Amino acid sequence: MEHIRIEKITVLPGTAKNGSPEPFDELVIRAGDTISIVGPTGSGKSALINDIEVFAQQDTVTGRTVLVNGEAPPERICRDPANKPIAMIAQTSKCLADLRAGQFLGMHCAARGLDPGQTVKETIALANEFTGEAIREEMRMTALSGGQTRSLMIADALLVSNTPIILLDEIENAGIFKDRVMARLREFDRAVLFVTHDPFVALLSDRRIVMRNGAVVDVLEPGGAEADALGEVAAVDARLHTIRERIRAGELLTGGL
Amino acid sequence: MRLLIVAGPPSAGKTAVVRQLLRQFAGRCRAAYLKIDVVQAFEDEELAAEFGIPARKVYSGDLCPDHTGIMVLADALAWAAEEQADLLIVESAGLCLRCTPYTTQSLGIVVLPAISGTNAPLKMAPMIAFADVAVVTKTDLVSQAEKEVFREAIRRVTPGIDLIETNAVEGTGLRYLFRAVEACPAIDDPASIVLRGAPPLGVCTICAGKKEIGWRHHFGVVRTLEAADEFYRGD
Repeated sequence: MEHIRIEKITVLPGTAKNGSPEPFDELVIRAGDTISIVGPTGSGKSALINDIEVFAQQDTVTGRTVLVNGEAPPERICRDPANKPIAMIAQTSKCLADLRAGQFLGMHCAARGLDPGQTVKETIALANEFTGEAIREEMRMTALSGGQTRSLMIADALLVSNTPIILLDEIENAGIFKDRVMARLREFDRAVLFVTHDPFVALLSDRRIVMRNGAVVDVLEPGGAEADALGEVAAVDARLHTIRERIRAGELLTGGL
Repeated sequence: MRLLIVAGPPSAGKTAVVRQLLRQFAGRCRAAYLKIDVVQAFEDEELAAEFGIPARKVYSGDLCPDHTGIMVLADALAWAAEEQADLLIVESAGLCLRCTPYTTQSLGIVVLPAISGTNAPLKMAPMIAFADVAVVTKTDLVSQAEKEVFREAIRRVTPGIDLIETNAVEGTGLRYLFRAVEACPAIDDPASIVLRGAPPLGVCTICAGKKEIGWRHHFGVVRTLEAADEFYRGD
């Protein structure tokens, strides 16, 4: 499958919730970028990645415009999933399709112009790296848990959609193994935008978009300046991970940690 | 005058799509709107108040709503012409998914919610297969992968359909629908308008396959736009 070559995606400003123009000139996303989007709930983080997913042309609530390689996006990448360079995993952790997991992935392969063959099996195997309870091909999509659905959608984005840009809305939320997801995302070398409240995910990104009241209010590029903080947060996160897994396994944490 | 016929299951977002059309074409077109429903409808009053356009409704009562639409369409075209409209939007009740209310010399738009089951397009196959455009609404409520799978389900009914995905409340992505409406030719001969497909066989002349629009061409249980609330047995 041939995607149109994406050099960059540009987001042009819209308006904040109070109608004032957003205080930035443009946001540029290039291949290999990792960007986190932070801000309080309701500040417009999901709306920002949604604008990118639908290639907003001042036709979303934010009034933003999204350009591909500096120009209005060509119709075929907006409308034909087989040419769409973006995969988004939204916060919705329920799938409404009345299909079995294998059928769902098979139909998604068809929509993306892929031969399902091995892809379905590989996708389920990858999803099972991220979730505690294994997904099987014959399971109904509607019967999967939130974490299983999220795991399957991430694996689907990497192997079925197989797009150069991935948008992830709060991966830390569904109880999946986020460290394994992060490792796989790095391995696949995609531009990734994380909407996140997780300090570790935020600090791992090269750039941090800060949002308030529906608007992008700042874009931070820490360079190496946060290296010390990242080290400390990584240690805290690893410790919390161990504690979380002990609790999940049914242990009583007596006598301190 | 251009004719748009909007069909789709109940609560699919047909009126939300109509609102976006009226918003887009306000000032450029004089629109008129007809809602066909069974026992209750409010869309005509809402749209008349919101956009200041001539709008009305017709209740089908005991008659099939899509059949009612066919019966009254010739009258409705005359009414819209009297109102000096250059765009008539007819919205179906959305109950009978077997019927295809689309006619020749119109743009047929089927509205389907992305939250439908994967087999829903097959169940409504005739309503989709005879449409020019499928507008998939509520895409903000499903994942991108589901949206793409649902799109594939529609394409299995009719591979070549013009498929437009939207959050109709916001109007996202509807630029492609606006373009299709602009490209739709005006009616050139109202008297020659006929249904595109044959509705299911039944007990009335329309069920039996007579495609002419307007009650004058039918017999048995017929209905006019003006006397829509009672049975009228023809001349």
